[in-house]
Amino acid sequence: MSEQASNPIRDAIQQAIDENPVILFMKGTPEQPMCGFSARTAGALQSLGAPFAAVDILPDPRIRQELSALSNWPTIPQLFVNGELVGGCDIVTEMYETGELAQVLGVEQTEPGPVETQAVGPRPMGIENRMS
Amino acid sequence: MPTAEDVKARIEASIPGATAEVQSPDNVHFNARVVAEAFAGLSRIEQHRLVYAAFEGELGGEIHALQLKTETP
Repeated sequence: MSEQASNPIRDAIQQAIDENPVILFMKGTPEQPMCGFSARTAGALQSLGAPFAAVDILPDPRIRQELSALSNWPTIPQLFVNGELVGGCDIVTEMYETGELAQVLGVEQTEPGPVETQAVGPRPMGIENRMS
Repeated sequence: MPTAEDVKARIEASIPGATAEVQSPDNVHFNARVVAEAFAGLSRIEQHRLVYAAFEGELGGEIHALQLKTETP
């Protein structure tokens, strides 16, 4: 309808999700994550060697707003595989440790174990929530 | 700012029969383990959404981060 304003940002997000089999919405980039949770989630994908697209949500607050409205998920990061929300940092980390993430991504996991990321370093997982 | 006790109370009030253990070093970042019968049969995503529902609009704001582990009894 003419009253229904078009929503280019939400459309662009949906298109990115549709076009990329594995896509991570995060704060910062995999090379330079801006939050410990985003760092850990990107690190899990990187350590599995799975190719993934990454979207930095920080440049425009509307990206996050529209993403959360679309996914019904309040926090960042958010990982989508084949168009479906897999989860945020906690779920992805848990799935990495159980080997489920490798399964979902269709890759071989050689060394299951705690996720280590360049940005955060090999710290015990429990304290990372102080670092974002 | 909400304390770990506040967050625990919110989760337990929102999900009938839930037991939550909540820790926070700074009242901004929280770490919660929630055990609830209500999680039975739900995917992890749905379990986490159930907990997030207790904090409509506050996650990412006043509650910067809620690290979550959900389990059934």
